[in-house]
Amino acid sequence: MRTLAPLVVGAGFIMALLFAIFASVFTPGFSLTPDPTAVSLFHKAPRHFEYSFEGPFGKYDHQQLQRGFQVYKEVCSNCHSLKLVTFADLKQIGYNEAEVKAIAKGWQIKQPTISNKDGSPTTRDNIPSDNFPLRYANDTEARSQNNGAVPPDLSLITKAREDGSNYVPSLVTGYTDFPAAQAAQFPDTRPDNNHYYNPYFSALNIAMPPPLKVDGLVSYKDGTVATREQMATDVGAFLTWAAEPKLEQRHHVGIASVIYLFIFAVLAYMSYRTIWGDKKH
Amino acid sequence: MSFPWAKHYEPKSDFMKWVDSRLPIPRFVYSAVGGGYPVPRNLNYFWNFGFMAGLALMIQIITGIVLAMHYDPSSAGAFLSVEHIMRDVNAGWFLRYAHANGASFFFIIIYLHIFRGLYYGSYKAPREVIWLIGVLIFLLMMATAFMGYALVWGQMSFWGARVITGFFSAIPFVGEPLRVWLLGGYAPDDATVNRFFALHYLLPFAILGVVILHIWALHIPGSSNPTGIEVKEEQDTVPFHPYYTAKDGFTVVLYLLIFAVVVFFLPNIMGDPDNYIAANPMSTPAHIAPEWYFCPFYAILRAFTFNFLWIDAKLWGVIAMFASIILLFFLPWMDASPVRSSGYRPLYKKFFWALVVDVIVLGVIGKLPPNQPFILIGQFAAIYYFAHFLIILPIVSRIEKPLPLPNSITEAVLAKHSSTSTLSGDLAAQPAE
Repeated sequence: MRTLAPLVVGAGFIMALLFAIFASVFTPGFSLTPDPTAVSLFHKAPRHFEYSFEGPFGKYDHQQLQRGFQVYKEVCSNCHSLKLVTFADLKQIGYNEAEVKAIAKGWQIKQPTISNKDGSPTTRDNIPSDNFPLRYANDTEARSQNNGAVPPDLSLITKAREDGSNYVPSLVTGYTDFPAAQAAQFPDTRPDNNHYYNPYFSALNIAMPPPLKVDGLVSYKDGTVATREQMATDVGAFLTWAAEPKLEQRHHVGIASVIYLFIFAVLAYMSYRTIWGDKKH
Repeated sequence: MSFPWAKHYEPKSDFMKWVDSRLPIPRFVYSAVGGGYPVPRNLNYFWNFGFMAGLALMIQIITGIVLAMHYDPSSAGAFLSVEHIMRDVNAGWFLRYAHANGASFFFIIIYLHIFRGLYYGSYKAPREVIWLIGVLIFLLMMATAFMGYALVWGQMSFWGARVITGFFSAIPFVGEPLRVWLLGGYAPDDATVNRFFALHYLLPFAILGVVILHIWALHIPGSSNPTGIEVKEEQDTVPFHPYYTAKDGFTVVLYLLIFAVVVFFLPNIMGDPDNYIAANPMSTPAHIAPEWYFCPFYAILRAFTFNFLWIDAKLWGVIAMFASIILLFFLPWMDASPVRSSGYRPLYKKFFWALVVDVIVLGVIGKLPPNQPFILIGQFAAIYYFAHFLIILPIVSRIEKPLPLPNSITEAVLAKHSSTSTLSGDLAAQPAE
């Protein structure tokens, strides 16, 4: 009896699975290859962009991060917040104390606070220790101003999307006309008036209007020519820093740790061989 | 204790003599992991994963305690406090990446440790209790990892917690009240994250306690070995220290080296990008998948899509998923073969490797979206999983004719070496006079 028990239990599970297989295989319209969808055929993986922070020795290019910050400030921040980053963090990308103070003070969205007199809600200028203020008071306000879509906070965007550092610039430069091939095959997927076609976006139709429509949308302080590609790459680098500000420390400690552990491993192996000596094993 | 030739602790200094006669901890350590624990001399590198798993547990506990000092177990604060750790806490990014990847590494080690046990028949008499405790550790680890992942309170944390606790609602009559009771509400919220935090802090210490039982049970018969035959005489063994402390020391450093490469250079490679989006009960991710180490079991759960014998498909899935782990408890009694090592079981060995491939396939299927042909592949893989343990193993172990076993561990070792080299330290040590 005890020897039969596993066979009976196993047969039970296997029968249930076999019935499940038969049920799905004999369902009308069963196919091993599911019908392609617009997304499965037309969605694109991000393009590759050259960044200085790639690879184990990668470091941020502070000039590029400052250019990217300028793009964020002048273009993205009109709709997107950056709530996990403080103004003082900008010192890490090469701005000095006075510049950070000026950036905080001049930031268009003010910091919410309460009036000293009667406690009523009011706003004040930002100071360096403040986080970047929220763009909208709440999601409802954000939706009402953006055709029903909430512009996501960008603090973690490059980590919150697959291959994010390449995704961001691919997306902002990726707007195209609705492809004829897709129109022929999936006429229902044509973007409506509130959406734009972008093959890098997961749903293909995105509510965000093309943010970098023309070259020279910003004029870079360091004289770099602000092509669309340049602006997109710079903002991709800046948002990578915003999401992963400790990358340089991480790489730095990582190199030292790996070298140390490698030497340690060689020594540990040698002591293992020495201790075992001629002992056959 | 294990063997009559096991050496006994002799305190060298007056101080140690004083300690040992009052609280014999030095004696205990010496017999547990020191020169007083004789271990088969022929263990291969697959026997190093136990020691590494111990290290992985300690890394999780130490990084976890410090992370807990900065973590806020509330639905409003959890995600932000994780980012606070990443940005503001000294070396917080290191602690958090080490803890998150440490969990994955712990599971990699444990899976290798389990498959070592399966290949070499380490679960067989007289080591059944070691195996049973091991399966219990595995279950506790899964519960701990699940709750720890929920604590991040990203999108995948939230929806993963929702889906997994949703399994309980498949249980007839008590399912839905049970689910609400477990969550402390109708959906994961403050009560959930708070209790998960309390339990996530508690369970590792429960695991530590059970690990001590695991090692205690191991020290009664002593370690198994690749030949699967028992230790017969002193020359079959070497003392744990310095032999295996040195060998484990090497692989521990190797483990840390690989761990460092991932933590410092690829810290998000095993994570889901969706978990960097704060939990949002109003927005379901396009595709909910568990962490990789749960994927084989998740694939088994999803394979059941048919209401068979008046049991709901969902309930079948839940029963099968739990059964796929619980059946491991019965393994020592389902495998009737007296031979432990697959090295001498040519037929079982083939099925063992089929199981390895099968579990990898299930793992991949568990991560993929539920479309054809993946559903069908997952169903066949699930069939093999149950067939392997419940049908093939009991039958094969009764009909298989094993290869002849060597007479002793030492004979097996020397036979291996005589074919590869002529120099023999052991023979030189006992010259034929």
